[in-house]
Amino acid sequence: MTAFRTDWGTISFDDRMATSEFRIHERAHIVVDGDACRGCSTQECVVACPARLFVPTSDGGVLFNYEQCFECGTCYLVCNTKGAISWNYPEGGHGIVFHQT
Amino acid sequence: MAERSTDFDAIVVGAGPAGSCAAIELARAGKSVLLIERGPFPGSKNMYGGVVYPRILDELIPQWWEEAPIQRWVTRRSTMIMTPTQALTIDFRSQNWAAPPYNGATAYRPDFDHWLANKATDAGAQLLCSTVVTGVLRDSAGNVTGVRTDRPDGDLTAKVVIACDGVNSFIAKEVGLYGKADASNYTLGVKETLALPKETIDERFGVRGREGVDIEVVGCTEGVNGGGFVYTNLDTVSLGVVLKLPKLAAQKKRPEEIIASFKKHPAIAPLIEGAELKEYSAHVIPEAGYKMFPKLVGPGLLVAGDAAALCLAAGIWLEGVNFAMASGMYAGRAAAQALTRGNTGPDGLKPYLTMLDTSFVLKDHQKLQEIPHLVLSDRVQNQYPGFIANIVERMFRVDNPTPKPGLRRILLEERKRAGIRWRDLLRDGRTGMKGFG
Repeated sequence: MTAFRTDWGTISFDDRMATSEFRIHERAHIVVDGDACRGCSTQECVVACPARLFVPTSDGGVLFNYEQCFECGTCYLVCNTKGAISWNYPEGGHGIVFHQT
Repeated sequence: MAERSTDFDAIVVGAGPAGSCAAIELARAGKSVLLIERGPFPGSKNMYGGVVYPRILDELIPQWWEEAPIQRWVTRRSTMIMTPTQALTIDFRSQNWAAPPYNGATAYRPDFDHWLANKATDAGAQLLCSTVVTGVLRDSAGNVTGVRTDRPDGDLTAKVVIACDGVNSFIAKEVGLYGKADASNYTLGVKETLALPKETIDERFGVRGREGVDIEVVGCTEGVNGGGFVYTNLDTVSLGVVLKLPKLAAQKKRPEEIIASFKKHPAIAPLIEGAELKEYSAHVIPEAGYKMFPKLVGPGLLVAGDAAALCLAAGIWLEGVNFAMASGMYAGRAAAQALTRGNTGPDGLKPYLTMLDTSFVLKDHQKLQEIPHLVLSDRVQNQYPGFIANIVERMFRVDNPTPKPGLRRILLEERKRAGIRWRDLLRDGRTGMKGFG
C-alpha cells in the first residue's frame, strides 16, 4: 500500500553526523563524570542528545565523546544528576559550524 | 555610576540577530561598540526551523528585502493536524505575500545572520569572531564592567554589556537574572536540510520562482509533546521536529527516529521522496516564552533575543528571529541613550523595558502567554489530533447503506471515544480564545 518510497531516507547515524561540519578542538568543552552517571538510573542524556554522544556502558556508566557536539545544551538541561556534566562552549572558532550557501 | 575610561562604550555578546541589531543602533548613535561572536563567522552557531518575519528591519534597513539573503518568500501556509494514518490540512495562499514588503521568508541562518552582522560593521561596530565570552567583569558593587574572553589578555571593559548570547545565556545566568533552570521550559529542535532540484520543489509544493511554503504540523512526534515543520528553500527543504525536553528524555525514541517516522508519513513522504540529506542540525528553543522570562535588565547589563527567552512558540505563530531583532534594536537604542546621559546603571537602562512593553515584543508575549503551554499540553498533543481527524474522516466517509450520522452525533461519539471531558474541552477553548481572540 506504500505508494511512495520511504526507504531512501535511511542512512546510518555516522553518515547523518558526517553532514555537519565540526572544527574539533583538542580540549573537550564538556566533561562528563562517569562515576556520577553510574548512580543514575534514568540517563536522560542517552536518548535526548541529538548527536548521540552519550553511550551507556555495560557497567551502568555513560561513555561520552565531545567531538560532534551541536552545543545545544540539551544534556545539561535534562540531566538529573548534580555535577555529572560540566558544560562549556568550545574554544572560539571551534565546534559546530553550520553551512553557509 | 562615575564616568570611567573603558575599552568600548558597549560590548555586545553574540552576533546573532539580536546582537547585530543592538550593535547597529549603538554604532549609528556614534558609540564605540564591540560585537563578539564565538563562531568563526556570524550565524555559524545558529539554527532555527527556517522562517523569519523581518518587518522590524524597516526601522534599521529600509528596503531590506532587496538585499537580505532570502531563500523564498512564504506565499503558502499550511497547518496540519496529523495522526499515524490521517492528516487534516488548513492551507492558505496569498499572492499579497509575493511582493514587498512580503510576510515570512525562508533563509539559512548562517547567511542571514552574517548579512545582518555586516550591517553592524558597516555602521562602524567592531566585530570579533572566534572569541568566547567566558564570564563578566564586575566592580565591587556588582555592576557589570566588561567581559572576560578566551583570548590571551582577554578582559575587555565597557560601560554597558548587552547579552545576546543565545538560549543558554551563561551571562544572564551568571548575573543572576534567571531563576532555577527548568527543562520543561525548553524544547529541542532537530532538523534535516534535504536537497531536491528547484523544479521538483516547485512542482511538489505548488509554487513558482521565489514563492515558498511553510507547513506546521501537530500530532507527528510519536507521543513526545512537540510539533513538526516543513519549509521550502530554493533547492532544499528544511524538515524537522521540535520536542519537549523532559518528555523526550522520559521515553525511548531518539530525535532522529522521530524525524524518520515523520518523513514516512503519507502526507509528508511524497514531498521529499528521493531527497538527499545535506545537513543535520540541532538547537534548543526557549519554548515557554513569557513564563520563563529572566530579568531583562541588570546592573550595566541588558539581555535580548533567545538569551532573554524572547521566542514565541504559539502554535500557529512560531517566531523568534523577529523578537531577537526587535529586542536587540531596543536594547541598543536604550544603551545608546543611557550612554549619552552618562547613566548606565539599572535606572539609566530601564527605558529598555518600556520600549519592549510598548512594542509587539512584550505585547505579543503577554497576550499569548498561556498558548505555548496549551499547544504542548497532553490533550492538544495526544487527544485532539485524533479527535479532530476522526470527526473529519467520518464527515467525508460514505458508509452506505448506513445513512449519514450528522455532525452532532459524530462530535458526541468521537468526544466519548477520545476520552475528552467537556470540562477540559471548554477550558482549552477558553484559553485558546483568550490568547488568539
